[in-house]
Amino acid sequence: MRENNMKLEFDSRSENEGFARIAVAAFVTPLNPTLEEIEDIKTAVSEAVTNSIIHGYGERIEKITLTASIKENQLFVEIQDFGCGIENIEKAMEPMYTTRPDLERSGMGFAFMEAFMDDIHIESEVNKGTTIYMNKKIMG
Amino acid sequence: MESIFQLEGEMLRILVPKDLDHHNCIAIRETADSLILKENIKEILFDFKNTEFMDSSGIGVIIGRYKNIKCLGGQVSAININERIKKILVLSGLYKMIIIYEQEA
Repeated sequence: MRENNMKLEFDSRSENEGFARIAVAAFVTPLNPTLEEIEDIKTAVSEAVTNSIIHGYGERIEKITLTASIKENQLFVEIQDFGCGIENIEKAMEPMYTTRPDLERSGMGFAFMEAFMDDIHIESEVNKGTTIYMNKKIMG
Repeated sequence: MESIFQLEGEMLRILVPKDLDHHNCIAIRETADSLILKENIKEILFDFKNTEFMDSSGIGVIIGRYKNIKCLGGQVSAININERIKKILVLSGLYKMIIIYEQEA
């Protein structure tokens, strides 16, 4: 059985959005994903990390952890912050809904994660933090 | 280095960088808005010829400029979009809101 695991911890700085998505893209390469699958994964990771930076930590510099694993031909990604948490997950997932229109957030983050991954799941507790679980089967 | 912002008469061409994410969108937003006000811009053209990555932060930048320039009677357009950028624009609904030009020769 093919299995591989990795874990990263990085500061919640916006320049790490690019780092995080490229790291996951490189990690998934052994599964021979198509270019489109790689781009889908990069977009979903970018959305989740950006959410932690902007919403979770309100642009304070704290830690984000990213865990990824490969099992057979599936990629699993977890992105965790220890920030403010989400009060109403259902509301947060509505397309076009944003708590930060002042920052021109489009409210499309979760919609993009859902569109580009097979499955996403959110666990969040107010003042404790948020973890996003996502997975995608690589057809190659 | 080629400037990101190019004034072509009443049109402002924004040469979108390789990655349009939250990190890169802040500078674009601020400079574009000051140029729109100062230079009497009637059209903002987002040129994606160098762009390989865009997420929902990029959508936020385009919608923001769309709102601002619509108030002034102007319009937003896009050019040189690859399949990936097209997918993001379609998914967000922006593809139907803005003018899409054919690839430049």
